Amino acid sequence: MSRRTVAELSRSLARGEFSSTELTRDYLSRIKQFNGVYNAYITVTEELALAQATAADQRRARGEHGPLTGIPIAHKDIFCVQDVRTTCASKMLSNFISPYNATVVERLNAAGTVTLGKTNMDEFAMGSSNETSFFGPVRNPWDPERVPGGSSGGSAAAVAADLCAIATGTDTGGSIRQPAAFCGITGFKPSYGRISRWGMIAFASSLDQAGPISKSAEDAALMMNAIAGPDSKDSTCVEVAAPDYMATLNDSLQGLRIGVPRQHLAEGLGAEVESALQAALKVFESLGATIKEVDLPNSHLSVSAYYVIAPAEASANLSRFDGVRYGYRCAEPVNLEDMYKRSRSEGFGSEVKRRIMIGTYALSAGFYDAYYIKAQQIRRLIKQDFDNAFKDVDVIIGPTTPHTAFKLGEKNSDPVTMYLEDIYTIAVNLAGLPGMSIPAGLHTHLNKRLPIGIQLVGKDFDEARLLNVAHQYQQNTDWHLQRPEV
Amino acid sequence: MVWETVIGLEVHVQLDTKSKLFSGSSTTFGAEPNTQAGIYDLAMPGTLPVFNEAVLRMAVKFGLAIDAEIGRRSVFDRKNYFYPDLPKGYQVTQLAFPTVGKGSLQITLEDGSEKVIGITRAHIEEDAGKSLHEDFQGLTGIDLNRAGTALLEIVSEPELRNAKEAVAYLKKLHAIILYLGISDGNMAQGSMRCDANVSVRQLGAKEFGTRTEIKNINSFRFVERAINHEVQRQIEIIEDGGRIIQETRLYDADKDETRSMRSKEVANDYRYFPEPDLLPVVIDEAYIESVRAELPELPNAKRARFVSQYGLSDYDAGVLASSREMANFYEEVVKICGDAKLSANWVTVDLQGLLNKSDLDISQSPVSAARLGALIGRIKDQTISSKIAKTVFEAMLGNEQSVDEIIESQGLKQVTDSGAIEKLVDEVIAANPEQVAQYRAGKEKVFAFFIGQAMKVSKGKANPDQLNALLLQKLKG
Repeated sequence: MSRRTVAELSRSLARGEFSSTELTRDYLSRIKQFNGVYNAYITVTEELALAQATAADQRRARGEHGPLTGIPIAHKDIFCVQDVRTTCASKMLSNFISPYNATVVERLNAAGTVTLGKTNMDEFAMGSSNETSFFGPVRNPWDPERVPGGSSGGSAAAVAADLCAIATGTDTGGSIRQPAAFCGITGFKPSYGRISRWGMIAFASSLDQAGPISKSAEDAALMMNAIAGPDSKDSTCVEVAAPDYMATLNDSLQGLRIGVPRQHLAEGLGAEVESALQAALKVFESLGATIKEVDLPNSHLSVSAYYVIAPAEASANLSRFDGVRYGYRCAEPVNLEDMYKRSRSEGFGSEVKRRIMIGTYALSAGFYDAYYIKAQQIRRLIKQDFDNAFKDVDVIIGPTTPHTAFKLGEKNSDPVTMYLEDIYTIAVNLAGLPGMSIPAGLHTHLNKRLPIGIQLVGKDFDEARLLNVAHQYQQNTDWHLQRPEV
Repeated sequence: MVWETVIGLEVHVQLDTKSKLFSGSSTTFGAEPNTQAGIYDLAMPGTLPVFNEAVLRMAVKFGLAIDAEIGRRSVFDRKNYFYPDLPKGYQVTQLAFPTVGKGSLQITLEDGSEKVIGITRAHIEEDAGKSLHEDFQGLTGIDLNRAGTALLEIVSEPELRNAKEAVAYLKKLHAIILYLGISDGNMAQGSMRCDANVSVRQLGAKEFGTRTEIKNINSFRFVERAINHEVQRQIEIIEDGGRIIQETRLYDADKDETRSMRSKEVANDYRYFPEPDLLPVVIDEAYIESVRAELPELPNAKRARFVSQYGLSDYDAGVLASSREMANFYEEVVKICGDAKLSANWVTVDLQGLLNKSDLDISQSPVSAARLGALIGRIKDQTISSKIAKTVFEAMLGNEQSVDEIIESQGLKQVTDSGAIEKLVDEVIAANPEQVAQYRAGKEKVFAFFIGQAMKVSKGKANPDQLNALLLQKLKG
């Protein structure tokens, strides 16, 4: 039963085929069995899970249930869960017990989900391979020699290896979509401002957005219905009520105008990814969509702009980790400066320190205009590119990543090659648009099958359309049902 | 060499809101350490700011009061620096787009002349917590109750030319803030704090000298003393051939000196950038007009009205309008007694003298406006003379009796019975034949002697006008 989608599990629970407690025990035993291999979880909250499962079963018995009641879920360890260790995969927070719940967690708790644990990730969400975690790398369930992608690598691996029914993730430059592509599952990043960031530990505040990592578009819609919408605790969360994302899943794609960015089909795109994309476009055509090329002329600037804006914001966001009030404090500090220096030097990993330094530099007197202001100008140009493209099309479809999952350690020596892994996803964050990765093929390489993802990008707050397009594709293909041999 | 002092003030005013700038935590002063710090104030991971709208209204109110440009779109920025009482490692403030832009304040100098001081800007920002260095055996305690409290930082142009002007500016600012009710303005508790940028230059020089910043001056008196000290220190250094270092200095009130805190030459680079957790604050005309409608009458307008409505001198009107409470007290007195000029004299001279002597504020006045009004009313209706009124006033301090009861019980009522006065006049004339002769010989100055004698005999109770008339008549006769 652990392989089923949330929608299927929900129906089974409703029919009484099994209880949430039984389902939860099944997942917990799978975690015990396989987490040693994949390292998808940092913390397993067995006691909390069983208590929530019991409560969910009671709710169901009383008839007070919704589609997510009793569904076992995993939270990326970037979300604060009250009274549970919340580490952000950093030594800095390895002893931090959150005193409160993130809004996303609060809303999922209210919907009756069962928290199995906290998933591994790149430290403070900084990375594209999940190798920067203080708690060790996550391994890709399709090939344990390979990375699951990052930063939501633990969530993606947990969903792909059926160590949970669905998971939460966060996406700053591709951190939901890229691991979803590498792990052969569905990853959804809503528009900036659609979901509250309260309780989600900030990496880059103007780019971070929470979203579901799931086994299907339908499951993503189910979770979106629970978590999307205004929150008075987050000023950047829009005040417009979210629609019912389930209501439009089955709308026809007849007449849908799909744009394919010319720049995404250019040099650097792996042949296997390109052919999977072309095959997917054929499927959409057969469903009544029309395809045209669109232009995103400034997309080549997105990685550079991103690696100014995100580190700049991060350099300030991470200042609070100073050893004063909570988190890691060095042993025997001799004075204040020593405490700051050693707590932060010892508490942060090298990628985090690299980005704090880049960000601090970019914001420094004398460099601010050349870096930060310039990057913001590029950001506006990128948004304009999308606005122009969306005059003619409803959805933009392209590759999620240039290649399939790479090997552990393969891209560690040069941070820039690693940063380029997010070349197709980053612009979407800079523009604040909804983006999604869905499985669209498997590439067989040395007897290993590796998933290929395609990316769907929608207009501002047009999440419903993206989920509809993805769901219709999944109704007509079975890539999303493929599972690795665990 | 003649030196000119150049002073600019940065005044931090703690806005009187129930909750903090970006969190719902309470702002009450004096609570147990760290009991008023919520998870945002503690900079718990994942917490976010939510702007307290009450702060915006107060800032706009202040902006309108100093006739400033109001930022239609103000933007919060992060100012980055590490300090243990700054939990986030950055302070949220406004750099390029403050809520209040250029404005001005009119101050009255000692010679009674007016000077307009430019205000560069006033921006909204959050306060830090407090580091407590005592009581922890070499360690530092952190109290975050104050962290995140809303401040309005009011920055003046460098247009103040001596310590007295600086104090006058500060007092005017203080009055406006109290008029507006946006802060309690309590300097001792830190609700109003002043940093002074001070430099000296040769009189007539175009360029400013190197300035130092004196931090944390917490009373009007200390502002004057700290600036005077710093000016003296700078002049001495320059005259000895030295040069002023741009630095931050702390005023030590106990030793009455300033001393170096940190040099700006190794200053922090604050790496300001727009706070991505908050949206720009956009306000429209309608909002501004709704705030304008709430504005009380301000000191200058009140002063002008006192001159035109009550016929007061500019000086008296200025003194009375200098604080909202003083002005209200005065107008209540006028309402009761109906004599604006007498009321002005009594409030600015007699009452103010009393308050100064006992170091009291008008709000703590031992004589209520109602009682003072009643007293002046009795002067006006000639029940008592102005002179006797002072006796009654003294008596009022010691007991709760009404003005009439005091006059009655102490027999201070003025004698207006013309028969009695005539008898008095006759007695005085009869007793002083020599002076009568002098007067009648043309030495009219002697008249005052007869008034004095008559008043002495009547214990000051004779109606002066009647006494005057009768004396004149009888002496001439």
